[in-house]
Amino acid sequence: MNLMFSSGPSLPNRLALALILSVSLIIFDHKFDGFGTTRVYLNSLVSPLQYLANLPGQLLNASASRFVSHEQLLNDNAKLTHDAMLMNGQLQRLTFLREENDRLRSLLNSPVQDNTRKVVAELMAVDNNPYSHQIVINKGAINGVFEGQPVLDDNGIVGQIMQVSSTNSRVLLIADVTHAIPVRVARNNVRLIVSGSGSLDELLIQHVAHSSDLKEGDLLLSSGLGNVYPEGYPVATITSIVRDESRPFSQIKAKPVAQLDRLKYLLLLWSERTLQEESIAEVTVK
Amino acid sequence: MSIRNYSIALSIVIALVLQIMPMPAVADLYRPDWVLLVLSYWALALPNRVNVGVAFFTGLILDILLGTSMGVHSFAMCLCIYVLVVNYKRLRNYSVWQQSIIIGIMAALYNLVIFWLQHLITDIYFLFDYLWPVASSMVIWPWLFWLLRKVRRQLRLH
Repeated sequence: MNLMFSSGPSLPNRLALALILSVSLIIFDHKFDGFGTTRVYLNSLVSPLQYLANLPGQLLNASASRFVSHEQLLNDNAKLTHDAMLMNGQLQRLTFLREENDRLRSLLNSPVQDNTRKVVAELMAVDNNPYSHQIVINKGAINGVFEGQPVLDDNGIVGQIMQVSSTNSRVLLIADVTHAIPVRVARNNVRLIVSGSGSLDELLIQHVAHSSDLKEGDLLLSSGLGNVYPEGYPVATITSIVRDESRPFSQIKAKPVAQLDRLKYLLLLWSERTLQEESIAEVTVK
Repeated sequence: MSIRNYSIALSIVIALVLQIMPMPAVADLYRPDWVLLVLSYWALALPNRVNVGVAFFTGLILDILLGTSMGVHSFAMCLCIYVLVVNYKRLRNYSVWQQSIIIGIMAALYNLVIFWLQHLITDIYFLFDYLWPVASSMVIWPWLFWLLRKVRRQLRLH
């Protein structure tokens, strides 16, 4: 039988060494953000594992799409053609309205809204770390993804890019406790800050006076302040307002518009402004 | 010959993949701590090959995969594996069911240490849902123990 630990430091020393190393790594990573660019390489290094973990799901999807009946395909096709028709109809109005809006804005001397470039990304993995809400998508640095980039789904804002690796990247969802996003109420332009609660279907709105004009069911749009998210995309709807006068502020809860628990395809946005100037970090680490 | 040299590493890689595999939200809550379980088995069976060092590096990989601050998982992993390695002679003599209780305690320690470190870094609240992996790890342990012992005996690892 081999002698145990015949070489190297003794076991308690190893533990002490490992724990000290871990703690210094935590401090180095968290306090000084020391792994800024190294993290890209580290993420790229482990991405084969992520692809491997994603494989069973992909195989399942592939086999499911193989067994779709002819009739269902025809039905889907008919429905999609119908939808595309309707949307194209609306799009004709949209180009006209956008031009009109730009003209009016230039008359008022306010900045003309810029065009955005969009790319569709697919969900690769959902993080199973219960303490934070992150997802991994299949677009990375080679597709031009950058840190702080806004991510949407077909309903509303999902989150922003947190870490980029070469072929995939990690998205911090708006429901994460460390995330906050500036919004305004669609009905009356009251400005608020929506922060994550740690639960996927609930967001918190803090520090709102009792007298502010808010109602249940109000739609909150991104306000564009903070220079991370573009203006005017739906974020959440208010679900409950508790005005307890014994507390300094009202307790307001909202529900994200995007279905954060059933994401599949996502949109990455490049606005001209974000391409030009450095964006200010919007994640507030509390 | 080659599979004998890499079988431990291979089992850890499989555990890592299982740990990050996308699952439906309902099942996700009950996902056992695969990496901790596999490392625990090797730490009890072959403490001369798998101990604190391996736990540290596996923990770091887990940190990168899960997007936590570097060092959080490695800290908790080292602590648990150390406790197991120090007591490996006693724990080996326990029945599988007694071991499964010990593993449950280790999984609870692991999850609580990770929660505590994350709590220091970010502002998270404790939910009892976070402790479901402890129960599922205890249930999985006897089966995993049986499987890995079979692998170890087949390949005559020591």
